[in-house]
Amino acid sequence: MNSGHHDGDDSAGQRGLLKRLGSVTAVYTVAVFAAEVLFFSIRASDRFLTTNNLILTAQNVAVLTVVACGATFVLITAGVDLSVGSVAILGEVVAAKTIINAGGSGWFDAALGIAAGIGVGVLVGVINGVGIAYLKVPPLIVTLGTMLAGVSAAQIITDGVNVPNRTLSRIGNGRVGGIPYIVLVGLGVVAVAGVLLHFTVFGRHTYAVGSNADAARRVGINVPGHLVKVYALAGALSGFGGVLSLARFNTTSIGGHQSDPLEAIAAAALGGTSVFGGVGSIAGTVVGVWIPGVLRNGIIILGVQPYWQGIIIGLVLVATVWFDQYRRRVAAGTGGLRRTRFRSTRTADRPAHQPIHPPTTTNQEGES
Amino acid sequence: MNGSTPVLEGRGLVRTYGTVQALQGADFAVEAGTVTALIGDNGAGKSTLVKVLSGVEQPDDGMILLDGQPVVFRTPMDAHRLGIETVFQDLALAPHLDAAANAFLGRELRRFGVFNARRAMRRSTIKSFADLGVTTVQDVSAPVMSLSGGQRQAVAIARSAMWAKRVIFLDEPTAALGVVQTRRVLDLIRQIRDRGLGVVLITHTLPDVLDVADRVEVLRFGRRTATFDRDDATVELLVSAITGVYSNVAVEAPTDVTEIDIAGGG
Repeated sequence: MNSGHHDGDDSAGQRGLLKRLGSVTAVYTVAVFAAEVLFFSIRASDRFLTTNNLILTAQNVAVLTVVACGATFVLITAGVDLSVGSVAILGEVVAAKTIINAGGSGWFDAALGIAAGIGVGVLVGVINGVGIAYLKVPPLIVTLGTMLAGVSAAQIITDGVNVPNRTLSRIGNGRVGGIPYIVLVGLGVVAVAGVLLHFTVFGRHTYAVGSNADAARRVGINVPGHLVKVYALAGALSGFGGVLSLARFNTTSIGGHQSDPLEAIAAAALGGTSVFGGVGSIAGTVVGVWIPGVLRNGIIILGVQPYWQGIIIGLVLVATVWFDQYRRRVAAGTGGLRRTRFRSTRTADRPAHQPIHPPTTTNQEGES
Repeated sequence: MNGSTPVLEGRGLVRTYGTVQALQGADFAVEAGTVTALIGDNGAGKSTLVKVLSGVEQPDDGMILLDGQPVVFRTPMDAHRLGIETVFQDLALAPHLDAAANAFLGRELRRFGVFNARRAMRRSTIKSFADLGVTTVQDVSAPVMSLSGGQRQAVAIARSAMWAKRVIFLDEPTAALGVVQTRRVLDLIRQIRDRGLGVVLITHTLPDVLDVADRVEVLRFGRRTATFDRDDATVELLVSAITGVYSNVAVEAPTDVTEIDIAGGG
């Protein structure tokens, strides 16, 4: 009822095209993906753009997709999980051993093995979460610890010898209507993770914790409890990724999965997930998994030396994230100043309620 | 005071951090439908008093009364449930979430128990903001990060106003704002007061105090040393009270007189 409020100097800046683009996640990543597909389509249309090759690629990226969905949640909380590869190995090993000990065949034994593989992932995830949220050890260190310990545990369980098992092979290699089960399972995980992240209160709290943990705590969100759940989820998906890997290759792979954590982080980052937390999407991560997946596939088809992969993917990764950040800054209509202010409110380990003066001053200057 | 029971009152509040006595028997009262300014020099105990009265911290001694009844706030959630909200100086917003998500953060409307009732929350936020006369925030679905300082302040205050049923604490809401934005925030404060809530304004800006406050309470060395009705207050008088030259609290709490003299001499 007081004086009329008009925008005046309070307006947020241009609300033009750039701004609207800024609200669409990973536009640039989709463009990169499209360019990549276009390139290989032109260079090798007869072998690249075939249903079979598409299905093969989908099959190849299925395990990483599942693992990267979990990594996306973790990154959005401004955390990181380096243990996902080790957890995948543990998932394989525990699933294989469980199936064998249960008798080795039949749906019940298979289900038991799958549950055990996921269960061990949840266990490691809870350990990660407790170390990070309650013991306040940095995520990088905690998950580095469980990464080392996880492989070690897998070696102890198996005496260092891989365990072959074909019980789950149908999931990994069978097809229904021409589409591999493993692809459908991956799609299912993507759908569930997407709904969980984007449509539930749990997902919203995940963003809030990564965006400003202090604010989340003050509105009554149990931040440590939420972090434990997020790491448990990442562990569960990694363990399940291991189960799928076992299903696909009919054996455990103790020496494998070493690049899983970094590939998962790269996929999420390619898809627009911020390593500083608060930003990310499952759809973006899926595209982020497909970019290196298609590249690998295309390079093989073209007969280029596969050793080039790393350089190309590395360049695309850094360029994408650089451009994405640049775009966001432009879209937000601000320089670095406001971001700095908010970042300091999130990470500073200070008692509740304490004003943080320097950033406020910075902000004032930025607006005058 | 006008004789009515304060909606929120602190009596003899003591809070010690190690060897520092931040509150040394502080009294404080806010009535419904009034703006009470809480002023004092740095280190006078303003922030501690707000923390204690909003459940962020527990007092070592003293009591808190809500509508005349003693209450204990173990957590800020206890205070929230009883209709007491705080707008922190750093606003406590999640910058990547939009205004509607921030307004309902931690208190989301749900569908089927787990899903965000996104549209309902958006509608409700738009309505609440409009009711409060907050027209600067046109797009409640834009990330708070993309808003200006004044708009963010409006979001934070409007959020608290949405949930508060009794009292709102505002910790230096105009400290980082320009002239126009400050005027808007003061308008918003009046709007909230006119809804019958008790508003507590913590600030160093004395003209703001005289502009919007109905009553002024002055804190010095962890105690209340003066209270004014707005009509009796001048900037000079408030400065005298803040610096300890003036005190009139004997009227309020006779038992404190001797110690006030000590404070006044220092």
